[in-house]
Amino acid sequence: MLALVLLLVPAVTGCVAAATPWRRWVGWLCTASLGFVLVTGVVLATLVVHRPALSALSGVLRVDALSAFMVIVIGAIGLLAVCQSVRYLEREVTSGRSSARRATLYAVLVQGFITAMLLAVVAGNVGVMWVAVEATTIITTFLVGFRRTRGALEASWKYVIICSVGIALAFLGTVLVYLAALHAGDGTRVSLEWTSLMRVSHHLDPGVMRLALALLVLGYGTKVGLAPMHSWLPDAHSQAPAPVSALMSGVLLTVAFYVLLRFKAIADGALGVGFSRMLFVTAGLLSLAVAASLLLSQRDYKRMLAYHSVEHMGLIALGAAAGTPLAIAAVLLHVLGHGLAKAVLFLASGEILHVEGTTEIDQVKSLLARRPALGGIFAFGLVALLGLPPFSLFISEFNMLRAEVHVGLGWVAALSLVLMAVIFGSVMSHGRHMLFGARPDGEPAHKSPTIVTVPLIGALVGCGAIGVLAWPLDTLLRAAAMVVVK
Amino acid sequence: MNGATYSSFLEIAAGLVILCAFVTLWRRSLRAIVRTLAVQGMALGVVALVLGVRRHDVVLIVVGCLVVVAKGFAIPTLVRRVLANEPRSRETSPLVNVPSSLVGAGALTFLAYGATRPVVALVSTSAGRLIPLGLATMLIGFFSMVVRRKAVSQIVGLLLVDNGIALVAFLATAGVPLLVELGASLDVLLVIVVLRVLAVQLWSKFAVLDLDQLQELHD
Repeated sequence: MLALVLLLVPAVTGCVAAATPWRRWVGWLCTASLGFVLVTGVVLATLVVHRPALSALSGVLRVDALSAFMVIVIGAIGLLAVCQSVRYLEREVTSGRSSARRATLYAVLVQGFITAMLLAVVAGNVGVMWVAVEATTIITTFLVGFRRTRGALEASWKYVIICSVGIALAFLGTVLVYLAALHAGDGTRVSLEWTSLMRVSHHLDPGVMRLALALLVLGYGTKVGLAPMHSWLPDAHSQAPAPVSALMSGVLLTVAFYVLLRFKAIADGALGVGFSRMLFVTAGLLSLAVAASLLLSQRDYKRMLAYHSVEHMGLIALGAAAGTPLAIAAVLLHVLGHGLAKAVLFLASGEILHVEGTTEIDQVKSLLARRPALGGIFAFGLVALLGLPPFSLFISEFNMLRAEVHVGLGWVAALSLVLMAVIFGSVMSHGRHMLFGARPDGEPAHKSPTIVTVPLIGALVGCGAIGVLAWPLDTLLRAAAMVVVK
Repeated sequence: MNGATYSSFLEIAAGLVILCAFVTLWRRSLRAIVRTLAVQGMALGVVALVLGVRRHDVVLIVVGCLVVVAKGFAIPTLVRRVLANEPRSRETSPLVNVPSSLVGAGALTFLAYGATRPVVALVSTSAGRLIPLGLATMLIGFFSMVVRRKAVSQIVGLLLVDNGIALVAFLATAGVPLLVELGASLDVLLVIVVLRVLAVQLWSKFAVLDLDQLQELHD
């Protein structure tokens, strides 16, 4: 029941935003709807953490600890991005770059986007999950192309073509899983419900499941941004408005990964962990390698952040390959930590683009001296994203590597450490270029508006706090990991 | 419908689906390609209808009718509207020429037979033996998305991929549950609408028709 309300609130907010002309209060109403999502996520988590899953609409919706955790991730990052959207839209409308009607369209699409992601994580049926993930592609296409420049339209064309192909492969994978379940032959009625697929997972035909899992990893992997299907990602993330990039990079990628985790659990039942481990290790290492090579000579800071997402998706794929409860808990912590840090960085980069008027790394200098607040946020965001303590990404990366060594993937851990070191070096040098340097004479230090600084600093503090304090997230992470690890 | 007529109907319809995929590679006029796509959509609908009649499955018959309407008429009409923007509606310079494309498509069909062996072994019905044709159609769709340069050709490739997958779904499982089937069909329709809007904007604002002209974003 609560799951249904969770979906209805952003959907209804979207309808209200569609029916009223754009005003500032509409923006705050949209923000409030995300606040509701976050609170509901926490309530759901307390309801299911030690108890069986809640379901509604005869099993179409189902919330277990893993779903509840993902609702919290969507709520937290969505809240941040939607509250910054208010400022973004006001600026676009007052500068005349877009009309009030386009602002309304933006607000409606963002609420629809959030609803689709929430549906993907609370769906109990793998077919509905597929429909929801596909819906996110359709909805976000217009958000990516919102600025309607040539680059933005090109990015949205590539995005919708590549992701539609990917999601079509995922559909074929889903059909094959269903086929295997129909022939599993334990007599019970088979449906596409995840729990019923898990129940028969040991009897699924291994040959068909191998083909199915490969297609699913390729298909949903496209949405996750795993190499070699990542090529839409840097274009879309660099062309979309900053709050949309924050939402896409911070949550959309990991929502698709969540669906993969569910399928991995089914396939592991049929095939053992070996096959899925091979697929995830390949995709993960390839993503790290691609990110490392393209970050070295990157000239655009938004593209730099986008390739950094490819790296982190590679890291969580490697963590999932290890597949122990510790590893999955670390993967989930990484999902939250990366989402927060990446959203902060994209939002800060939107602000930098606004005040500096360029996305070239070379053109931005001595941010810390000229704009201390904005530069500081960007600097701490990078520190968080590079996995330095006290931020939570340090703990989660450490635990994932430990789990990899523990299951005999030591060489994978070693290789990924080397690639991470390369990435660390190149991002540090780009960051140093943008941040340090003396202020030119005669230019006063600029202040940044508190409506930008306070939420972003809050998110960074949150990202640090979940790294230092295990409680109360720890229990939820363990419970969520146990959902997909047997 | 007795067993023999049923299998031959099914074979003819599924064969028509893959034949149309080959024809899209062979023709250069984009209008002719879109017509071929409409025929393919209808053949796909007939596959669902034949299966539905054979199994006395009313839902599947309804789905078959919907497929005929959506893929045989609605989607081709939408794609034709995109074509209305293009003065020279021919695929003039594909990356791979027509004879080589046809050879490539033949090779992909063999590959499809190899890859689907475990699936065919599991299903073991007369419908199941045709599953490789669906996968082959899908692979030909990928191939044409890679080698063709017109925006419309990419849309056609995407539709081939989708029709191929739908054929596999009908033959292997007699259709996934209705809710998912409807969601999937609606999604395809929406993707085509989205692509149409983008193609119109790209053409009207920047006069972009060929994908080679999309070179703004790179590293």
